[in-house]
Amino acid sequence: MSERVITFREAINEALDQEMQENAKVILIGEDIGRYGGIFGVTKRLIDKYGEERVRDAPTAESGFIGAAIGAAMMGYRPVVELMFIDFIGVAFDQIINQAAKIRYMSGGGISVPIVIRTVSGAGFSGGAQHSQSLHSILLHIPGLKVVMPSNPFDAKGLLISSIEDDDPVVFIEHKGLYETRGVVPKEKYSIPLGVADIKKAGKDVTVIATAVMLHKTLSVVEKLREEGISVEVIDPRSLRPLDTETIANSVKKTGRLVVVDESYPRCSFATDIASFIASKYFEYLEAPIKIVTPPDTPVPYSLPLERAWIPNEEKIYDAIKKVIEYKA
Amino acid sequence: MLLSEIPKEKILWMYKTMLLIRKNEEAVEKYYRIGKIPGSLHLYIGEEAVAVGVVANLNREDVITSTHRGHGHFLAKGGSLKKLWAELLGKRTGACKGKGGSMHLFDFENCNLGSNGIVGGGIPHAVGAALSFKLSESKNVAVSFFGEGATNQQNFHEGLNLASIWKLPVIFVCENNQYQISLHYSKQQAIEGVAKRGISYGIPAVEVDGQDVVAVYEVVKRAVERARSREGPTLIEAKTYRFTGHTIDDNELYRNRDEVEWWKKNKDPLAIFERKIIEEKIFGKEVLEKIAEDVEKEIEETIKFAEESPYPEPEELFEDLYSTKTKGTLIWNWE
Ligand SMILES: Cc1ncc(C[n+]2csc(CCOP(=O)(O)OP(=O)(O)O)c2C)c(N)n1
Repeated sequence: MSERVITFREAINEALDQEMQENAKVILIGEDIGRYGGIFGVTKRLIDKYGEERVRDAPTAESGFIGAAIGAAMMGYRPVVELMFIDFIGVAFDQIINQAAKIRYMSGGGISVPIVIRTVSGAGFSGGAQHSQSLHSILLHIPGLKVVMPSNPFDAKGLLISSIEDDDPVVFIEHKGLYETRGVVPKEKYSIPLGVADIKKAGKDVTVIATAVMLHKTLSVVEKLREEGISVEVIDPRSLRPLDTETIANSVKKTGRLVVVDESYPRCSFATDIASFIASKYFEYLEAPIKIVTPPDTPVPYSLPLERAWIPNEEKIYDAIKKVIEYKA
Repeated sequence: MLLSEIPKEKILWMYKTMLLIRKNEEAVEKYYRIGKIPGSLHLYIGEEAVAVGVVANLNREDVITSTHRGHGHFLAKGGSLKKLWAELLGKRTGACKGKGGSMHLFDFENCNLGSNGIVGGGIPHAVGAALSFKLSESKNVAVSFFGEGATNQQNFHEGLNLASIWKLPVIFVCENNQYQISLHYSKQQAIEGVAKRGISYGIPAVEVDGQDVVAVYEVVKRAVERARSREGPTLIEAKTYRFTGHTIDDNELYRNRDEVEWWKKNKDPLAIFERKIIEEKIFGKEVLEKIAEDVEKEIEETIKFAEESPYPEPEELFEDLYSTKTKGTLIWNWE
């Protein structure tokens, strides 16, 4: 395969391009995704190639256009919708949780909804409480949805291709702090199956599950810990539903210690979900209580120092791992 | 429009389908009252002319989306009576293998994208189906049924706006039965009539007497022609009335008995249609009586079939949620 270094943004654009090239049923719908290229520039130039019928600018009417995408999906199209910020999910929640997620089940398997909702999450840009959230935990609560969250350009391209080719509704979450991340990505089309975690770093003393931007922070902490003689296994789940519980469980069985690092609010969250899963099924392997590293239980503040204090940082990740390692019963 | 302008087989189909919807709802009500149907039921009695007048203009490939009051739409669109009953009883042989129920009837074979437990929820789905027709350059159309209560929902406004700017072949059919559960429509909105709401979206709108199946047939015919020739959407407000309560358990304290009786006596869509058929000498009374006999028999056999059908097994709980076999854990099972 021919490889080169491109950004996370370019990797997603390339996945969309290759899927549209290959399958005329793939269409894009979203606010300002045409000539403007999307507010994060992800859909740039696709309108030149595929025209405005297939790259469809929509008015600010998320319930309407996500609902319309669902209707088109039921008729055999594969709409990829851009929801500008995940924070706006509230105005389209009915269409996502009551319609897209339920139609296949309620119809007794009669109708599928192969839609992808691409959206943007994450704090760190003074977006304030309505433009900075990581709301994937809310979506994980809903049976019928699939939720994907890549951390690097290679994974982003392969996972988006799988998501578009998947017959179920997928919410594909891009952290705004990752768009400029660069990485080696093959030019050719390839896919990464959903539900397969990636062990980003093998280790034996403690397992750390980390998502999106938190993965990068964790990896830099791991370097420091290595110098202290601590060997950390870092797992990026990549898709949160389906979830590669096997890889996670095997790792915990080996290390006996677990830390989960995630940017969504702590209560009823991805982090507590993994913690409860391991605690209830693999308790006998645990040598220390599980720790979660998440933001505090508050909205995302605007002010720079406050926001900096809100987002889990390297120090908090370091402390959590150390505490789990040094725990004595 | 004179009945003689409509092909005779179509008239026969319209009459039979209206009668089937009516008799079926009566049977469903009886069955519910003896405790044999779980959940809640929203009957369509009194509104039959709308579903039938609309669907008489459609082909099997044309799509509909429906509401919580969806039995009539389901049957008119060609849905199997047996599958409907089995679904109401929660049987595996039901339209949705017992996972949908009265408010969530899907029938993809007949291009029915589902009744909906969320008021207004199906409106954008019809818009999306119409988008798929536009993109694939097919001549099919999509129709969305909804009540006047749904026209206060975002999905109605967003759906109409999208259909209009994208010039989609979709027909919005508002069944204005005048009540949102108990609230009269004059208290749901400050303007008179739902059709006016089309104006602000640049969508032509018409009002029609929803108790007259021929009148409904006629306005929908024009709307369908408009949609098929790519001229865009139409909003139709069919003035109608539900003869029963909102659900079967409704005590109807919000409306006056005289009003209900007036509608039943003067505006029964079946009686109106029957009178027209006889007066215009399309069919004699015996033909209509024979149809009624057949319908009764069909319903009787159907109930037997539904009763004898098996319930789903508990393992089926975990089926039909996702369509592809994916790696990883999709459904948590804590056992
Ligand atoms: C979003 C939503 N809100 C409330 C309800 C509860 N509800 C069910 S039917 C109904 C009234 C709907 O009135 P209308 O759309 O006029 O339809 P009709 O029942 O008269 O046929 C309400 C409020 C619901 N199902 N969905």
